[in-house]
Amino acid sequence: MRDFAALLERLAFTPQRNAKLRLLAQYFAAVPDPERGLALAALTGDLKLRAVTPSLLRGLVAERVDPELFAISYDFVGDLAETIALIWPDPETPPNDTDLPLPQLVAELQTTGKAGLPGLIAARLDALNPSERYAYLKLATGAMRVGVSARLARAALAEYGGLQLIEIEEIWHGLTPPYLDLFAWVEGGARPEAAALAPFRPVMLSTATDLDALRPLDPADYVAEWKWDGIRVQAVSDQGRRRLYSRTGEDIGAAFPDLLDRLDFEGVIDGELLVRRGDAVGTFGELQQRLNRKTVSKKLLETHPAGLRAYDLLIWQGEDLRALPFAERRARLEAAIASLGDPQIDTSALLDFGDWDGLAALRAAPPDPVIEGVMIKRRDSPYLAGRMKGPWFKWKRDPLVIDAVLLYAQRGHGKRSGYYSDFTFGVWDGNELVPVGKAYFGFTDEELRALDRFVRGNTIERFGPVRAVKPVKVVEVAFEGLNRSGRHKSGVAMRFPRISRIRDDKPAAEADRIETLRALLPAEAP
Amino acid sequence: MGATRAPLIQRPEGLYCPGGDFHIDPTQPVDRALITHAHADHARAGHGAVLATRQTLDLMAIRYGEDFTASRQIAEGRMRIGEAEVSFHPAGHILGSAQIAVQAGGPRVTVSGDYARVANPSCAPWEPVPCDIFVTEATFGLPVFHHPDPATETQKLLASVAAFPERAHIVGAYSLGKSQRVMMLLREAGWDGPIYIHGSLERLSAYHIAEGVPLGDLRPATDNSLKKADFAGQIVIAPPSVFESTWAQRFPDPVLAFASGWMSVRARARQRGVELPLVISDHVDWADLTRTITELDPAETWVTHGREDAVIRWCELQGRAARPLHLAGYEDEAE
Repeated sequence: MRDFAALLERLAFTPQRNAKLRLLAQYFAAVPDPERGLALAALTGDLKLRAVTPSLLRGLVAERVDPELFAISYDFVGDLAETIALIWPDPETPPNDTDLPLPQLVAELQTTGKAGLPGLIAARLDALNPSERYAYLKLATGAMRVGVSARLARAALAEYGGLQLIEIEEIWHGLTPPYLDLFAWVEGGARPEAAALAPFRPVMLSTATDLDALRPLDPADYVAEWKWDGIRVQAVSDQGRRRLYSRTGEDIGAAFPDLLDRLDFEGVIDGELLVRRGDAVGTFGELQQRLNRKTVSKKLLETHPAGLRAYDLLIWQGEDLRALPFAERRARLEAAIASLGDPQIDTSALLDFGDWDGLAALRAAPPDPVIEGVMIKRRDSPYLAGRMKGPWFKWKRDPLVIDAVLLYAQRGHGKRSGYYSDFTFGVWDGNELVPVGKAYFGFTDEELRALDRFVRGNTIERFGPVRAVKPVKVVEVAFEGLNRSGRHKSGVAMRFPRISRIRDDKPAAEADRIETLRALLPAEAP
Repeated sequence: MGATRAPLIQRPEGLYCPGGDFHIDPTQPVDRALITHAHADHARAGHGAVLATRQTLDLMAIRYGEDFTASRQIAEGRMRIGEAEVSFHPAGHILGSAQIAVQAGGPRVTVSGDYARVANPSCAPWEPVPCDIFVTEATFGLPVFHHPDPATETQKLLASVAAFPERAHIVGAYSLGKSQRVMMLLREAGWDGPIYIHGSLERLSAYHIAEGVPLGDLRPATDNSLKKADFAGQIVIAPPSVFESTWAQRFPDPVLAFASGWMSVRARARQRGVELPLVISDHVDWADLTRTITELDPAETWVTHGREDAVIRWCELQGRAARPLHLAGYEDEAE
């Protein structure tokens, strides 16, 4: 447990992705089975434990600590599990200095009944030190919150074993904690057999392009289709087992039972998950409301029905089609989708274009607001795993831009230590500037130095690592779209914002107004 | 206590002893000041006369210049000031730190200043001073504060240096006391290479060495002959204010560590933008604070600078008389 607690503590304070990968890989190298596999499962959310509720924990601590002292402490610390981990009184007789094994702690939490749970947790809190208690409570409540996604944890394992992430994603869903066969493989043993039904297949990805890069290519060798702004998914149905995977192999099916019901076939379809009402396609914001839910309300299923727009066919009725040229797969796809006869599952239309300028014209005037550009695919390309430069291109619509005023800056980490590199910016709402987003990239190193100097010379207030700056610096912010947001005072949330230019030529008074942003919002959801 | 007048009273500038006409750790210039230790919020320049331990006087002279006070006196043995008898006793906080015992006819009062009960090789250990009124600090006066063994925190730092050998580690530490404590902990843990230090630590660290605290090979971090890459795998100690300055830009992809008792609370560590929190404190934690009150068993406990509420509540639960002193001007952030 000590190694695991130390890992969680370190990860929680480590902002850089590469440093997290290093810490995880070092942990996998240093810690034996089955502990490391359980730790991996805890981070990927695959460890199924009896859920320990906050009220159970409050009850436990109330038996040992004066309520007033607890209230003062909770107020200071601000996090329930952390307060309990820190305030839990050491037992009268100090515990032996033994390191409780993680596998034992996990097994107990899995097998202890509801009635025995409070006693078990109290006994374990007695035996652990504060840092271990915190890790234990995070484990028991299932809320790790150390800034590590399931994908990052798998990427670290790939890095540790010198494998491609895609190789691990491909077999992940057939494996179970503590992943002994997986660790054996990454350390040079045999690849585990993917025995499970409906496994994930690595997805084919595209690279970005533009008109100049397309010019040398012969348009006759390519097809084009709309790039829909939903979620790229792989819909799998295998002998009654149905799954919906994200392009990184995350199983997101639980949030889309309505679509799972419709996967009435044997095969693997690559497509775009969208909210669909007849021919109308819902915005990404509407689709987002359906994401990350354990259960979906009946009402939401009615107002936000899920659908699939198919791009490609990997496997059909037991036949693997991935080695066939795109054009052949496409013909098979059209026939397959037609055979389903389901209005919520259709085929992405191919675009009629003669040359690249013609495609550019189509891209400039898409027929639906939920289109975010065009996809360009070589007619003769097989379906290949990963993102290689060439057979598939994405040509996204031009980003939206606004001119905004810098309001706050926060210090960066690692190579950006000592620099103010995370910026919050705002636009005018009446005579007031309201924050509309945050960006921490898009600028060059030289621009970063200039922004850092600006922040230091124009600070008007400090809050911890954050500085408020004099609202005089205008920056051009590029972004991919705008959603409504109840969480932001401005009522809008930007997608993928970055600082594309510093507008030293523009006075703050001429920055954009909130009305400009509101006009870009998609129509209100029904 | 009966009819005798209060041995110490609260004034805007700090605790005042009417019997001896002096202040203890006043936050504004006064005629006569008794100083517990040389941290800036307790020891200020500009008093008429200062009575403190020799080391505290030396440290004040280093920080403020030789003219920091009109006259100074080294505290030794029992001393008489007006009607008051005073004596200084080790507090275990930093080099030269003392508790001050005061008696002016009535009850015996011990003013702890800042104090710690864990071993600190850079100063004399805290000693119990029997008293009727104990004036305790409450910097970490909440039951959530539990300072772990500083040796395990030091191991965290060394493990990080091993895990990221291409990066520099900058340890933010208060320039007087905490910095030298971290140096000693590193030496005890077997780190015998150079430790690079910020300019503000140079004279204070040299004074520790002259006083017999072996800090080992200290080198200026701002040596211009050193390139960025030379700091890979090295440890740099600097006051935490450098996190916000451009100073940190000279080091390769630095890991920012911070040695402070506050680091046990995650929100505090995040607030400072720290990547490697090290819970190393020169103050009593909750267990040591409450243990000290139990052991001294004073008739009354006065609680000052910090989280008075929780300590007062604890005293109440224990059936002990206690009251808060709301003294302004002491900072707990610097710890």
